[in-house]
Amino acid sequence: MTDQDIQGSEEAFTGAVSDEVVIDITSMNKWFGDFHVLKDINLTVYRGERIVICGPSGSGKSTMIRCINRLEKHQRGRVEVDGIELTDNIKKMDQVRREVGMVFQHFNLFPHLTVLENCTLAPIWVRRMPRAEADESAMRYLERVKIPEQASKYPGQLSGGQQQRVAIARSLCMEPRVMLFDEPTSALDPEMIKEVLEVMVDLAESGMTMLVVSHEMGFARQVANRIIFMDEGQIVEQAPPTEFFRNPKSDRTKLFLSQILHSAEA
Amino acid sequence: MERATHIVHEKAPTLPPPVMSVGIARWLKENLFSSASNIVLTFVVIYLLWLIIPPFLDWAIFDAVWVAASRAECWDTADGACWAVVVTRFDQFVYGDYPKSERWRANLAFVLLFVALAPVLYDRIPWRRHLVGFSICYPVVAYILLIGGLGLPEVETARFGGFLLTIVIGITGISASLPLGILLALGRQSDLFIIRVLCVAFIEFIRGVPLITLLFVASTLLNYFMPPGTSFNLLVRVLIMVTLFSAAYLAEVIRGGLQAMPAGQYEAAKSLGLPYWKTMRLVILPQALKISIPGIVNSFIALYKDTTLVIIIGLLDPLGIGKATLSDTTWQGLSTEVYIFVAIFFFLCCFGMSRYSAWLERRLHTGH
Repeated sequence: MTDQDIQGSEEAFTGAVSDEVVIDITSMNKWFGDFHVLKDINLTVYRGERIVICGPSGSGKSTMIRCINRLEKHQRGRVEVDGIELTDNIKKMDQVRREVGMVFQHFNLFPHLTVLENCTLAPIWVRRMPRAEADESAMRYLERVKIPEQASKYPGQLSGGQQQRVAIARSLCMEPRVMLFDEPTSALDPEMIKEVLEVMVDLAESGMTMLVVSHEMGFARQVANRIIFMDEGQIVEQAPPTEFFRNPKSDRTKLFLSQILHSAEA
Repeated sequence: MERATHIVHEKAPTLPPPVMSVGIARWLKENLFSSASNIVLTFVVIYLLWLIIPPFLDWAIFDAVWVAASRAECWDTADGACWAVVVTRFDQFVYGDYPKSERWRANLAFVLLFVALAPVLYDRIPWRRHLVGFSICYPVVAYILLIGGLGLPEVETARFGGFLLTIVIGITGISASLPLGILLALGRQSDLFIIRVLCVAFIEFIRGVPLITLLFVASTLLNYFMPPGTSFNLLVRVLIMVTLFSAAYLAEVIRGGLQAMPAGQYEAAKSLGLPYWKTMRLVILPQALKISIPGIVNSFIALYKDTTLVIIIGLLDPLGIGKATLSDTTWQGLSTEVYIFVAIFFFLCCFGMSRYSAWLERRLHTGH
């Protein structure tokens, strides 16, 4: 249902992509124990790009974007974010993480803080912003995700869709240069998926660089300028959405697309 | 089956609940008279209470003697409790051997203790920020008041006794062991091997040794380790041992709370760029400590009651005073009265802690 709503405006949106490199990944490899999760990943992301990453579960999509803000460590290869190479230097990693926002499948809001406090925590303690200013900017972002009236509630009192929008606002409050979304709608009820996707579309239109792990193909069609298909730890195919959907090259992509499009119709 | 379509056009009205399902009537029915066996049980218990309570009240209150010079005089007057022993020795039970002329200092320290505790225990108090400043300075204030300094004559800690001693050991132990316990719990989870091993070794050692042993170590062995000439106050040594002992237990309780934290909380904090200590202070510990409140308070209550063990190394806590009182020929044989009195004191303190923790848990509940 949500797929079709968004599909209507296929290719209506083409945001500007600059030639400034934000993320540069070269031959990145990662293992969980003996299991080779990421195999020779190469990916360059330019400012303003909106990349949707899809693929079967266990294909390494989440692990890949988690390597970008070093929630996971890669073991071989090189990852650069905003010109800073990801290493074990904790100070530098905190610096990178300030510039890279992340939205999780299970929201991961801080349950002991109100919505507003969730949003102002990092600006106050990391950016050293005065409280009044942080409150004001948090309210602006809460308005942007359309829940300013929930500011004084606790996350436990909100619906899943509302919590995810708060999580997006919380990340935006740090004014990141890149936003990572790790399956942002897959823990949500169908009726709430739409409200979250709308916020993400709005964000894409504002020119934010976004990497989104998602199976929302309608969303991918509407906002992505590139779709990446991963399988068994490899980037199998990447293409602009029109080409990706109309003319997938690899057999694995075709199989995957036939499966998810079939289930979307059912 | 398919013909049985059922469509509702009006909204169902909202009705008040039936009378028997609310208020006292419901409570009585559900809790005391819910079934035949429950009704029987209710009456049996009422009968037992009727057997026990009136005679006890007669003994403890109606036939009790409050003023008398000796046990013999008590027993001549009435056959109830002889509270005169407690009344006569009350000052000793409270202050021990603390000099009479200086007791106002202990009283003042006690009153200020509540001023210092208020902003820590209750966060909506007015001027909390300023009061917290006082709470931080309180240990120094209490030290000067109780022991001396700034023109106040010195009182030897050996003269501390009774409830004063219990409160000094209990409060110091509690307030010093909590931060230490938190650090040990964090250390036990540290990525740094050496720190982890040190914390585990410390916790396991302290937990594996009885507190009495540690107190004996405090009273005797520590002297061997100290360079000759340094005399280390016995009370200070006891305070250190009690604190370490309690910290090891707290560390384990808090570790349980830390382990209950979902990985997502750490990841969310990390992804916002919060460094380790800020993550701990602002995100993890507030939640982990909240989960651990019942265990933490349990340890505090245990610590508070364990302060009575100092009797073994010769400090006169309330039980010590009680023992001294009972060995006085004037009051011999009144152990029931003396120990009930001491028990009431401990019960009030511990029950207070328990109620506070229940209140705090409700207070910190944010609906999830």
